[in-house]
Amino acid sequence: MQRIGVFICHCGTNIAATVDVKAVAEALKHEPGVVFSTDYPYMCSEAGQNIVKDAIRDYHLSGVVICSCSPRMHEATFRKAAAVAGLNPYMVEIANIREQCSWIHKDIPQATEKAITLGKAAIAKVHLNAPLYAGESPVVKRALVIGGGIAGIQTALDIADAGFPVDIVETKPTIGGKMTQLDKTFPTLDCAACILTPKMVDCAQNENIKIYSYSEVTDVKGFVGNFTVTIKRKARYVDETKCTGCGICTEKCPMKKVPNEFNLGMNNRSAVYIPFAQAVPKVATIDPEHCNMLKKGKCGLCAKVCTAGAIDYKQKDEFIEEQYGAIVVATGYNPINLDKFDEFAYSQSKDVITSLEFERLTNAAGPTSGTLLRPSDGKHPHTIVFVQCVGSRDTSGCGKEYCSKICCMYTAKHAMLTREKYPDTDVYVFYIDVRTPGKSFDEFYRRAVEQYGVHYIKGMVGKIVPQADGTLAVQASDLLDNKQLHINADLVVLAAAIEPDKSARPLATMLTASMDTNDFFTEAHPKLRPVESPTAGVFLSGTCQGPKDIPETVSQAGAAASKVIGLLCKDKLTCNPCVAHSDEWMCNGCSACEKVCPYGAITYEDKEFRMPDRTTAIRRVAIVNEAVCQGCGACTVACPSGAMDLKGFSNSQIMAEVDAICK
Amino acid sequence: MQREMIERAKALLADGTVNRVIGWKAGEFDYDITPAVFTTAEELDAGFLYNDLCAANLSKYLIKESRKEGKILAFLKPCDTYSFSQLLKEHRIWRDHVYVIGVPCEGKVDVDTVKSKGITGICSMRCDGETVRVETLYGEESIKKDEAMADRCLNCKSKKHVVYDELMGEEGDVLDSHRFDMVEKLENMTPDERFAFWRGELSRCIRCNACRNVCPACTCEKCVFDNDASGIAQKAAVDSFEENMFHIIRAFHVAGRCTDCGECSRVCPQNIPLHLLNRKFIKDIDELYGEYQAGADPDTKPPLNTFTQEDAEPSVIYERGGNK
Amino acid sequence: MQVNNSEFKPKIVAFCCNWCSYAGADLAGTNRLNYPADVKIIRVPCSCRVNPMFILRAFQRGADGVILCGCHPGDCHYTTGNYYTRRRMTLLFSMLDYLGIEKERTRVEWVSAAEGAKFAATMNDFVETVTKLGENKRLEDLRCKEK
Repeated sequence: MQRIGVFICHCGTNIAATVDVKAVAEALKHEPGVVFSTDYPYMCSEAGQNIVKDAIRDYHLSGVVICSCSPRMHEATFRKAAAVAGLNPYMVEIANIREQCSWIHKDIPQATEKAITLGKAAIAKVHLNAPLYAGESPVVKRALVIGGGIAGIQTALDIADAGFPVDIVETKPTIGGKMTQLDKTFPTLDCAACILTPKMVDCAQNENIKIYSYSEVTDVKGFVGNFTVTIKRKARYVDETKCTGCGICTEKCPMKKVPNEFNLGMNNRSAVYIPFAQAVPKVATIDPEHCNMLKKGKCGLCAKVCTAGAIDYKQKDEFIEEQYGAIVVATGYNPINLDKFDEFAYSQSKDVITSLEFERLTNAAGPTSGTLLRPSDGKHPHTIVFVQCVGSRDTSGCGKEYCSKICCMYTAKHAMLTREKYPDTDVYVFYIDVRTPGKSFDEFYRRAVEQYGVHYIKGMVGKIVPQADGTLAVQASDLLDNKQLHINADLVVLAAAIEPDKSARPLATMLTASMDTNDFFTEAHPKLRPVESPTAGVFLSGTCQGPKDIPETVSQAGAAASKVIGLLCKDKLTCNPCVAHSDEWMCNGCSACEKVCPYGAITYEDKEFRMPDRTTAIRRVAIVNEAVCQGCGACTVACPSGAMDLKGFSNSQIMAEVDAICK
Repeated sequence: MQREMIERAKALLADGTVNRVIGWKAGEFDYDITPAVFTTAEELDAGFLYNDLCAANLSKYLIKESRKEGKILAFLKPCDTYSFSQLLKEHRIWRDHVYVIGVPCEGKVDVDTVKSKGITGICSMRCDGETVRVETLYGEESIKKDEAMADRCLNCKSKKHVVYDELMGEEGDVLDSHRFDMVEKLENMTPDERFAFWRGELSRCIRCNACRNVCPACTCEKCVFDNDASGIAQKAAVDSFEENMFHIIRAFHVAGRCTDCGECSRVCPQNIPLHLLNRKFIKDIDELYGEYQAGADPDTKPPLNTFTQEDAEPSVIYERGGNK
Repeated sequence: MQVNNSEFKPKIVAFCCNWCSYAGADLAGTNRLNYPADVKIIRVPCSCRVNPMFILRAFQRGADGVILCGCHPGDCHYTTGNYYTRRRMTLLFSMLDYLGIEKERTRVEWVSAAEGAKFAATMNDFVETVTKLGENKRLEDLRCKEK
């Protein structure tokens, strides 16, 4: 039997005006196990807390019930006080007789009766409370960033600056991501490479950063502070430590007809390649699908010309295992596939291109060295039509329902830059709405319209038909003038919607992180915890969480880094002790709990049991990882036998409260 | 069929594939057939039975049996394979310790159903095609097989085996049954009528736990009703609600996992139609969350362990049937 | 079965999740929004912690109505808890209805931490509904009644 002390707070008159506190103290005195019962004007004051502390010592209390304001207000206060007096803080229960009693009822006898009932329920619960101890788990002081675009780079740099080692895993041969492919950036029009490549070099030179390029995460085990990650280092057939990036191999390689993915297939590269001049690491990679040596065993020219002896045709995929305390997801985006938008003739004409392709066509390092030329015949286009919202805000099922957010601004940029460089060009932009809510964004868009004379037309393009003379017949509607338009364009640029990278979904499964229906990672809280995933220790950076532009991505990357730093600063993590616990003698290993756990906190083990009849049995039983469990209790209801219970809110505790209330 | 089964079992015993066989043998009365484990050819010859009275679902026995040394041969009827598959899904049976032979089933004769047709003093029964010959203390009587079968066989959901190592006889198909007719009939009653119906049924419960013990979905190491820490463990049924609660919770615990094998109703000594509780959950799940047959496949998540964001709100029950 | 409604005070058990509905109930208090004292709240971490056993037990011990409040679907503190609650309670309440127990005695309501007014209004409405139904005779375990 517990020795319980009951403390009734007047809260000035907040409680005492409607609840007869003396009567409550008197009534609860006679409950089983109660050895002390008193009331005080302000229980949460220092003097009030001292009453609790003294009573714990004087009456050897094993449990405390405070009838006061909401536990959301002062539960922590009273738990601390109890701990000071030597009582386990989880032996304290609060009966909420202010917010849920005195403040809502006017009738004194009724409110008093309810306060007594609530007190009794708390007493009934305390009878079944057991001391709980917050566990601790160590923190591995190293972070993993998955994805080496601008989001991943910024996060890694910020973490590294704080003094923690951080690894970047990037699936491409170089870090840099989509931003390396961009020409200029809105709204300031500074060149993407000029602002990005120094950061890429910083990553390579920072002692705390290790880059695993051409690599993928294949397995994640563990939990916050203690992840074990398997990284697959794909064979690049070039020894990274020896290659100097001189590029002779790429010049001599006879296989030069490989579509260059960096330029979105608008020109070719060799089978051994360095994606672009400023690649980090600047190391060649052999494309096994096109290399004659790897495919047929004939050639070997690159090995002959490599003075560093870096070429290694026998290289194999390598799997390494690393420990991390925190993981940042920065897997980024891709433009959607446009197969379902045949009305825009993307697959029929080379001169219908995506905005990202347009970026390459205007980029000095692109296939045309920055001169805007039609892909089909290399001539200057004189009429260009930009189509916005291709697959964005699309409820027809072909595209995405969300707004891709960046298209309005980059289209304004493309239109403006075209008019600036080629004033003889007519530029039309078809839009549903122009959305420019960002710093200096609307000014930028207005400049495109007002200074540069870009024709903005509210309306959608219905059909694009390639003509025999090489032009594109664009049929569109102008919603403001309410008329049909026919434009003969030389080039059409489609602002394709963006979607999360395909690698995100399998990664989310590995991380037990949740995703929305569009495969964007979900936040722990959409407003208050926007850079954390609901899975502890997993953080979100950049467009894997939702469409965003570069400034937003960079600020989110920094925010994710600060969360990671906050975590890695700790030597140990204190765990919430109110977690699920499985009674292994009752568990039958059916896996129901594991299926409903949102955190992946439950695993199974085949355990050997010494049975009552002295035989040994091997049984599959659930094990709860207390560092990962957040204590929601979904598993306790999924478990039919009651083997799974929640500490601090156990089946019998809640049932005791029910009984006390219904008495 | 019985002869073939014995021969096949003997062969598998002889070549060492299995060291035991689980099947059926006669009980105290010959209509009272009971599950049994055989270890030798002699035992099989002497006792192994398979006929239209072999009703017991053997899958639950395999939880314990599969944990023993060596492989056991189990003869499973179509509906037993659903239970078996569901148990595999829940990691309760060690699959590599069981050799499953699927056997056909044409519906089982149920002695309680025969009794309910007014035939008393039954000494023995045997099936003769579509007729059941019943020997009673008062002479021989006969009844059509259709009239001698329990609801679960009359409304058989499937003649298909979902798991097996080998099959004997011809494989059947999943059937369109009318198994929800009675549930629907109850749903269409007024709440008062329904309450009267269930009070009449459930108040007869003697808490013998036979339904729980036979149920292939009730495989807890310790039932929550026997678990002191659960706060609801009771020594004995003292009042009417105690039993109601037991049956509601039991049906809830097997909801989404119950394959509708009907064993609960078969073994109930008080003839309470317990399967109507399980079928209510199955029907609701089918209607609200899409058709789901527990045990039909090894991968899908049980409906109560998953969700969609578009699921119906609980308030749907205020609009759905049952208030007519 | 109806008793004199003017005197009948129903016993209502309300399970509230810690993060949304319990906070919503607190907010109702902070804003001094009145609802009957018949409602007694039990705090649970998440609506998905509520076992059907708790609800049946409440009825068994004499509750006249049981209401379960949680975060709105999609807003669960534990991301998915209330989705499980939604399925479990839909099926359980449908079963109780099937057994002939008045379905108005059970309810699930999503109340956010900001919806103090909704909490009070919900409780007022629920108490009124249950009061109209009168004493819960069908599910009450007479043995447990001490009067």
